[in-house]
Amino acid sequence: MIPAQLNRRKFLKQSGIVIATFSLAGPVAIAQQTRTTLPGGLNNNRMLDGWIRINANGKVTIHTGKCEIGQGILTALAQIAADELDVAYERIDMVSADTARTPDEGMTAGSLSVEGSGTALRFACAEARGMLLAAAAQRLNVAVDKLSVTDGAISASPVRLTYWDLANDLNLKREATATTKPKPPEQHKVIGKSVPRRDFPAKVTGGAAYVQDIRLPAMVFGRVVRPPSYRAQLVSVDEAAAKMLPGVVTVMRDGNFLAVAAEREEQAIKAAAALRASAKWSETPDLPPSGPALFEHLKKVPSRDSVIKAVVPFASGGGKVTTIEAEYTRPFQAHASIGPSCAVAQFKDGKYQVWTHSQGVFPLRTDLAKALKTPIANVTCTHVEGSGCYGHNGADDVACDAALLARSTHGRPVKLQWMRDDEFAWDPYGSAMIMKMQAQLDESKNIVGWQHEIWSHPHSTRPTSNPAGSFVLGGWHLANPAPPATPNNSPQPSGAADRNAVPLYDFLRQNILLHYLTDMPVRTSALRTLGAYANVFALESFMDETALAAGVDPVEFRLRHMKNPRARAVIELAAQKAGWQTNAKGNGTSGRGFAFAQYKNLAAYCAVVADVTVDRSGVVKVTRAIAAVDAGLIVNPDGVINQIEGGIIQSASWTLKEQVKFDRQRITTRSWADYPIFTFNDVPAVEVHLINMPNERPLGTGEGSQGPAVAAIANAIANATGKRARDLPFTPDKIRALLA
Amino acid sequence: MPEYTLRVNGASRTVRTDADTPLLYVLRNDLELNGPKFGCGLAQCGACTVHIDGRAARSCVTPVSALAGKAVTTLEGIGALDKLHPLQKAFLDEQAAQCGYCTSGMIMSAKALLDSKPNPSVADIKNALAGNLCRCGTHNRIVRAVQRAAVTAKAGAA
Repeated sequence: MIPAQLNRRKFLKQSGIVIATFSLAGPVAIAQQTRTTLPGGLNNNRMLDGWIRINANGKVTIHTGKCEIGQGILTALAQIAADELDVAYERIDMVSADTARTPDEGMTAGSLSVEGSGTALRFACAEARGMLLAAAAQRLNVAVDKLSVTDGAISASPVRLTYWDLANDLNLKREATATTKPKPPEQHKVIGKSVPRRDFPAKVTGGAAYVQDIRLPAMVFGRVVRPPSYRAQLVSVDEAAAKMLPGVVTVMRDGNFLAVAAEREEQAIKAAAALRASAKWSETPDLPPSGPALFEHLKKVPSRDSVIKAVVPFASGGGKVTTIEAEYTRPFQAHASIGPSCAVAQFKDGKYQVWTHSQGVFPLRTDLAKALKTPIANVTCTHVEGSGCYGHNGADDVACDAALLARSTHGRPVKLQWMRDDEFAWDPYGSAMIMKMQAQLDESKNIVGWQHEIWSHPHSTRPTSNPAGSFVLGGWHLANPAPPATPNNSPQPSGAADRNAVPLYDFLRQNILLHYLTDMPVRTSALRTLGAYANVFALESFMDETALAAGVDPVEFRLRHMKNPRARAVIELAAQKAGWQTNAKGNGTSGRGFAFAQYKNLAAYCAVVADVTVDRSGVVKVTRAIAAVDAGLIVNPDGVINQIEGGIIQSASWTLKEQVKFDRQRITTRSWADYPIFTFNDVPAVEVHLINMPNERPLGTGEGSQGPAVAAIANAIANATGKRARDLPFTPDKIRALLA
Repeated sequence: MPEYTLRVNGASRTVRTDADTPLLYVLRNDLELNGPKFGCGLAQCGACTVHIDGRAARSCVTPVSALAGKAVTTLEGIGALDKLHPLQKAFLDEQAAQCGYCTSGMIMSAKALLDSKPNPSVADIKNALAGNLCRCGTHNRIVRAVQRAAVTAKAGAA
């Protein structure tokens, strides 16, 4: 369908996404045996032309397997490419995350994109620049070291040659060697600058920017009718009546999967409502209890138990120690994207084309193929932005819904967006968790023993989490289902349920335990930071509780147990910028708290000071937050500040307001009325102070501040009131009870 | 299906749809405007905010039949890439977004405020935007952008 193609080009052109007509060369198999490890994403995607195209028209096309999910990654990667190639930033076009056109870099997740794709591009672009200079030297018959480059123009007096002249002769169809060193920081011109986001102009003027904005000829609109509860079985539904409704193109029922497509969007919504009204389901009350009873329940259900880390037997404590204990909880929390998940799919000649805002188009393709019962080669997934996702929201599931529905629309493309209640009720939530802490203080008031025991459901049930299963919702509901399999917890050092449970502090005896609850009556997966938000909440709250028992100032107490110099530097900077006063006590209604973490013990170092007020009705307000961050080499300072600031605000919202509600049968969180989040009057003033470390590798920041923020708020409440809040979220009823 | 003639961004547009069709779907699908976004369909989040006769309104709950003789303005109607409205420019200058899904609604709510109150306080801005949800945590940048736009608009008018 040529018009569709044209329209797609028009859409992609408007959205600033480039169409490229070449295909991606796969890795060279014969090199397998002598493979050396290449840096970042190059290791799994070794061909230079898979990353870089130098075009005769004066443009450079950069391919990345990572995608824009609202955090500015494509801007940062273009900055890196511009500097390493010595071309103007404006010459860089970005092609991202497409199973037909880009490297497979797995998920855009874990605050890893600048580290993974950025590192690959630094080396690949440096190597391509070297090849261009070598070609120029040969053509001009001069030594390479006599050449210099400015914006792709190679100077060698008296003649001048450009990259664009050399473009057709340059052969990048070979493996990278990563032997050309990227530039030293003093030569960076674009890296380190707050280059404005390349996707924003379209977004502030109504340009096509999101998957929701795709419009294809003959496109129909789809809606899905989900069961009223997780494991409900469809007994009967009046499909015939729905088919008679105006504009309805198809009603699809397959097992418990029910969906409709119509000529107009509002017609699809009405038809979906009619189907929902006529559907009879059989349900069983199989959800856990909620409220405090949930946590008693989680301790009793079957678990896979493991020792995450054990250093010097915890019980071996010689000498006289004081033992302190506390237990913390976190409820199920939602991604709560502002835009419900959406996808466009077309099924034609046995092949599926899916436009999706999934964080991982390659893993999605694999699991979609299982649900659709088709070979992977028949499925192409192309990333187009959606609303911010903050982890594994409905993006993958809605792509499956659209693809399933597209099978019955006779080649017409289907745009399917979830309704608000689909997004809330079927979101794979961040898991409820229990963190039971124990510390041993010796006679000099130092921590000599530390135990952190976790109860948690899985934190990643994304596509391909277990190759034995399929992780897209629609497939589970089919008469011949493609069921999930039990996911595994990611190993340390990053971990998942246990992420950031291993302290960065120097404690002699450490015992970190995980009770992994693989039966998930409430669906869970990756919410930004995975377990780190709750683990840092517990760890850093408990540091303050222990400091209090030791009679030592919380900042001093942290420094006393911390040798890592970069961690010490952010702790000291945050304290200094906030004007931290040793042993300052709150006055009953206002207080200040401190917390620190290095996300995953691998990414950005971040310390946060939070100021709160607590009134007698139990309302906590975060008035100000001050953060200090070491993210290694900073590619885009304003981008880092935006991530850290946004992370603090989102975390503060989780901390004070958010929990998913359910009864014994159904999720009852269905709209924003059931799931309030921060609004403008809740938001604290935020200051972010950066420590640039230009000779260090860049460290991810997207999940750097959420852990320190929650603990700083908890510590500030304790500082203000003298009472310790240990059960999230800190809603007025809980704080009132605490103060009573 | 009945026919409705709407005035959208200064132009007269005729659409054929049911009387209860929310304006949002007409704008997005019939008129191919990307500015207003579907967020909740319940008037809870503000992503679909447009102006009706100069007042901010939630297009997801406004039936098309209620718009006879009224002027509808979307994000596209206040400026364009080559002729940015002071608010659009200020959002770019302050980099006041992350994912940007809420941006159109934010700008339209802010415009309604500035149109009636050209010198708003920070509290005015926060109150005017209290019904618009942002999940990425860019609220402070958005407030700064609205402040900046208020200053530029004043300078431009002087």
